[in-house]
Amino acid sequence: MSQTLFDKIWERHVVVPEKDDHPAVIYIDLHLIHEVTSPQAFTALKENNLTVRCPQKTLGTADHSIPTNPTRQFADQQAADQVSRLLENCREHGIRCLDLNDPAQGIVHVVGPELGYTQPGMTIVCGDSHTSTHGAFGALAFGIGTSEVTGVLATQCLLQRKPKTLSITLEGTLAPLVTAKDVALHVIAKLGAGGGAGFVIEFRGEVVRGFSMESRMTLCNMSIEAGARAGMVAPDDVTFAYLRSKLGEDWQPQSWQRETSDPKARFDREVFLDVSELTPVITYGTSPDQSLPIHANIPSDAASRCLDYMGFESGGSLTGIKVDVVFVGSCTNGRIEDLRLAAKILEGKKVAAHTRMLIVPGSGAVKRAAEAEGLDRVFMEAGAEWREPGCSMCIAMNGDQLQPGQLAVSTSNRNFEGRQGPGGRTMLASPATAAACAVAGAVADPRFLEVTA
Amino acid sequence: MKPIRMFQGMAAALMRSDVDTDQIIPARFLKVTTKDGLGRHLFSDWRYHADGSPDPEFVLNKNPEATALVVGDNFGCGSSREHAPWALLDYGIRVLIGSGFADIFRSNALRNGLVAINLAIEERDRLAALCPDEISVNVFDQYVRFGDGKSTTFQLEPFARHCLLHGMNSLDFLISHSKAIDFYEEVHS
Repeated sequence: MSQTLFDKIWERHVVVPEKDDHPAVIYIDLHLIHEVTSPQAFTALKENNLTVRCPQKTLGTADHSIPTNPTRQFADQQAADQVSRLLENCREHGIRCLDLNDPAQGIVHVVGPELGYTQPGMTIVCGDSHTSTHGAFGALAFGIGTSEVTGVLATQCLLQRKPKTLSITLEGTLAPLVTAKDVALHVIAKLGAGGGAGFVIEFRGEVVRGFSMESRMTLCNMSIEAGARAGMVAPDDVTFAYLRSKLGEDWQPQSWQRETSDPKARFDREVFLDVSELTPVITYGTSPDQSLPIHANIPSDAASRCLDYMGFESGGSLTGIKVDVVFVGSCTNGRIEDLRLAAKILEGKKVAAHTRMLIVPGSGAVKRAAEAEGLDRVFMEAGAEWREPGCSMCIAMNGDQLQPGQLAVSTSNRNFEGRQGPGGRTMLASPATAAACAVAGAVADPRFLEVTA
Repeated sequence: MKPIRMFQGMAAALMRSDVDTDQIIPARFLKVTTKDGLGRHLFSDWRYHADGSPDPEFVLNKNPEATALVVGDNFGCGSSREHAPWALLDYGIRVLIGSGFADIFRSNALRNGLVAINLAIEERDRLAALCPDEISVNVFDQYVRFGDGKSTTFQLEPFARHCLLHGMNSLDFLISHSKAIDFYEEVHS
């Protein structure tokens, strides 16, 4: 019988099949952990006299509450203690952990792929909803809660009902400066913030085939913003070339790592989108599905609550709205290609005087690559802050945050109320759009920067 | 987890759609290493003004006795933080009645004994209109009854229902399959 890629990965990982009265027991190949969602899981292990079953299939990294300022001074003792706890727990259980002194340290969803841990055909979990990022490699990857983290630490397994499958085929040719982020925001607007609930998405079509691994990661990363369990892209030569660049030219995929959806595979739902006409997209509300082409006016039927929070008026235009802060970074858009794109827009220009711009690389490796290419100089000459790797202002746990009322254009993944600091307002966009907004000091289309700047 | 068969309490309605876990418990309160005391920060940015004074218009301030919430679509979307159900439970919320919860949130809630009940939209909306109201929930027979005396049936995922009724931890279930896990590892090593 024809199967989807998801079906094949699922089937390969069933330890105990699903029955009416209990979910399936699924084997987990890679468990990523970070400081925020793991401490209570380690405590539960201890309380239950359990140990970590497969430390070698577990990787820890400090990312959420760590400082990204050059001095690496923690914002508060609580954050420092949380990171210390992660390091202690990993040390005690023999788990590799990337601390602040480790050159590989970075955001969990950036370092997993960079270090070659993330591979096709795997099941990957983390106590973090953006684990969907790893689906870009043809892995089944999703976020779990802390109780489940305890279960995976103890048994390397997870209880799951089999999700449904959703195929999203992206056709056409993207216009210049229209990126995977714009596609992701467009898809989320089409599906709605809960439209993907219960589904694993497989992104297919010529647009996805033409994407780099980093663009595929951006796309899969945002699957959760449509409520999907996971997002994935079938592995191909682009995937294998990326892995060889990380693991050495001798690396070869196993036969099960070459699997893709069968041509006649049936999905529970199928969506086709032609993205040839897509322009840069930006959010206007407080849910990631509230986005528009950057030149559109805010719809007259927009939810009044979100407009009240954002201080926008229905019918008003987005371009020209004054921007206080621009943030380039996060597990969505904190990789080298994102920084190159931002640098391309910023080169020879200045960040507007009233606008603060932070550029936070997703990992130590991204930071070094950017510096080797001279991107850091472009950023600093433009007047942007060049920071140390971490989640930073995406989640605003580390002191990098908006002041009440400030408006940010951000390459991160969530525009929820107060996400980037209490009272702060967020508009989500691509690195190209974010950089254009920094130069203009206002919402601006990267394709017409000369006009607006 | 304590077994839960029956629940009686006061329900209030929080009918915004897409209430994300950053609203339920903002990220700045996640720098903790225990589950304790998170109820203080539940819905912090909606419950309190910027100066720390309570917002009298917020549903939990209007209905401080509420132990159940009727909620809007896609409640619990966003981050996977289990701190969200921990905060709700620590505050005293035991039951959520919605129409489509976010996947990870629902799973986190049920695992902690927070009964997340899914109803058809019309039925959820009918109950929301009755709030604030005394309600009773029967987890064994799977029905909820508001003050109007009408019973509405619901379906919990059978394993989650079993865990709720018996106060069972899903960790024990996983561990009971250790032999199957050993076998799987042998075959796939």
